[in-house]
Amino acid sequence: MDQPELKTRGNPMSSPVTDASQPPARSRGRRPTAKSLTPFGYLSPTLILILVLMVIPIVMVISYSFKDNVIVERNPVFTGLANYATVLTDPTFLTAIKNTLIFITISTAAHLVLGLTFAMLLNTTVLGGVTKAVFRIIYILPWLFTIAVVAVIWRLMLDPYGVVNYILTSVHALQEGVDWLGSPSTALWAVTFINIWSGYPFFMISLLAGLQGISTDLYEAAAVDGASPVQKFLHVTIPQLRPVLISMAVLDLIWTSQQFALIWMTTGGGPLGATEMLSTYTYKQAFSSYEFSTASASAVIVLLISMILALFYVRQQRVR
Amino acid sequence: MAQSGAKLLKRLLGAATAVVLLGTAACGGSGSSESTDSSGTVTLEFAQWWAPELPEGSFDQLIAEFEQQNPNIKVKALSAPYASTKQQLVSGAASRTLPDVVGLDGAWVNDFAKQGALADMTSIMAEAKYDPKELVSQVQLEGKTYMIPVVNFVYPLFVNEDLTAKAGVKKVPTNRTEFMDAAKKTTALGGNVSGWALPLDTAVPVGVQNDVMSWLWASGGSMLTPDGKPNLTSPEMQSTVEYIKSLNDAGVIAPGSLTMKEQDKVEKFTNGQVAMVIDSLAHVTLIKKNNPKLKFSINPIPATDGYTGKRGLPYASWGIGIAESSEHKAEAFKLVQFLMSQKTNSQLSTLANGFPGNNTSEPDLSKSDPLFKTAFDIYKQSVPTNEFVGMAKSEDLMRSFDENLQLALTDKQSVTDALNKSQQAWSSLN
Repeated sequence: MDQPELKTRGNPMSSPVTDASQPPARSRGRRPTAKSLTPFGYLSPTLILILVLMVIPIVMVISYSFKDNVIVERNPVFTGLANYATVLTDPTFLTAIKNTLIFITISTAAHLVLGLTFAMLLNTTVLGGVTKAVFRIIYILPWLFTIAVVAVIWRLMLDPYGVVNYILTSVHALQEGVDWLGSPSTALWAVTFINIWSGYPFFMISLLAGLQGISTDLYEAAAVDGASPVQKFLHVTIPQLRPVLISMAVLDLIWTSQQFALIWMTTGGGPLGATEMLSTYTYKQAFSSYEFSTASASAVIVLLISMILALFYVRQQRVR
Repeated sequence: MAQSGAKLLKRLLGAATAVVLLGTAACGGSGSSESTDSSGTVTLEFAQWWAPELPEGSFDQLIAEFEQQNPNIKVKALSAPYASTKQQLVSGAASRTLPDVVGLDGAWVNDFAKQGALADMTSIMAEAKYDPKELVSQVQLEGKTYMIPVVNFVYPLFVNEDLTAKAGVKKVPTNRTEFMDAAKKTTALGGNVSGWALPLDTAVPVGVQNDVMSWLWASGGSMLTPDGKPNLTSPEMQSTVEYIKSLNDAGVIAPGSLTMKEQDKVEKFTNGQVAMVIDSLAHVTLIKKNNPKLKFSINPIPATDGYTGKRGLPYASWGIGIAESSEHKAEAFKLVQFLMSQKTNSQLSTLANGFPGNNTSEPDLSKSDPLFKTAFDIYKQSVPTNEFVGMAKSEDLMRSFDENLQLALTDKQSVTDALNKSQQAWSSLN
């Protein structure tokens, strides 16, 4: 009697309870099926939504990327990897990859540094509650504007005759006004700057929450050990914030790589392709050239890049 | 337990199936099956960007009038700004779910027609026994009409009279030399004033059509061969682009042109930062509203020195078409006929500050701005020209030309190279 019991316990996949009153074959056939399907019944509304809104569109785009002249032609033909070859050998696409890399890495790094700096300023014990509340509102303002408003504001400010040039020439930082968004040498840096400005408050708020969650005991213990403020920052603050920092950085890389509206409304990918991103390239392929197949191929490449980043994010979350 | 579990599962699956079926039925219902109700009333969907650009409520009034005349037809107006309408129609054309009647820009027609999304209006007109001789123009592809221009908007030269007077420009420039002279003099006024604005933003590259090709068309030139093939290497085209480059080299073009959008151009003219622009007549109201003190005139676009022929005048249209997928093409054409009728077309063009698509209609000039009357005179003396209308992938054509022009203006390639490369790009697209 002992041996079969041990065997059952030793196998976690087997049923722990056996109803002796029913024939074993029948009990195995009906009850587990009903039981295992019940959760799917509960989940079905969500599953259907995911299927309709995510799985089907993604599968369709992937299938489009292997066909020729989809949507425009009623009977597109299978072309294998031809669209991928077209996209990957298109110099504009390669420029878009380079620009996107520069745009997302600099944006994310600046978001982290600025977000952490402002979060620490707002977390300080030196300032009073009212002062901190006022600064909190000021610092968060850029995040409250929709991207269309951000684009309009900065287009006006960075106009060759705009406020920025006026100030810079008035204080003699510049000899003459710079065409920030219209010059190929400055446009990418200008849109990156605008993106940094509009995105840092989200980092600031998240990191502030993280900072407020760090136990004061740790700082007190560090103080007892004679740690300097820099040492406290490096050995208490940063290690405690690391999970938040990494998650935020990965999420920001994904979000920024999909930034379309800001680029479209400020430079449209120009001048001379200086701010062409993967998102603007894909849009132009689809809605201007009506090349939905190459647009799909480009979109699938962006999806793969995003999935790699998402994988890092999920792994980070699992480690936590 | 087993039985109750099975029952629960059955119920859940039943409920889920019902939800799916209801959803499917609802989706189906929003399509064609509901467009005719039990009383035989047909509901037409009409997507356009016109209503937001007309005085408030005036478009609805016209539609109400149509519904009164046709009690068995209801019109559901789907109104959105131009750019949103375009995006909706691009996806609608791709999925063959275009609304029954669609507002069209001539630049979209070729692509939509080739996708089989637009109905052949020639046969619909024949079935309705409609005589098209009243129509000013029709946009055709292989002999079949796919779009009828309802209202036309022209792009004349707007001149800020205060700035030109201050700069000592005696008369409005009529040829390229005079224009260069006027642009130089107004730029020399300083204080952030430039002679001309050239919006070359590549996101919406219409500047190529309105601000570049307009110079070619004004001098009777063409960007196409007689059989409709690209002809960008012609001496006329070369001279046009050389001229624009000379304006750029003379520093008379407002800075920021490589990413300047059309609205920036209008804004700079309104603010008195630019002395002359080629702009849509539709913007007169906006300019006057934003700067009531601005004194400006409307003039023909300057031609090459010594040119005496008829001048081409760029135009854009509010066009109309019928979806191939529509189940009510005859009713849809009744709406088209109504909008193209002498009375309605006069009314609509007056409201829109445009010129009628029906050649027997006359805009009511007594109620409109005096500038509008001047523009109507210019319109009657010119040849309304827009060679991008009906061309395939016209936005792409403009963009490739735009990018090459930008390289020429920034001295990264010669004008000849820019035109040769544009010619190659256009030939591969058409």
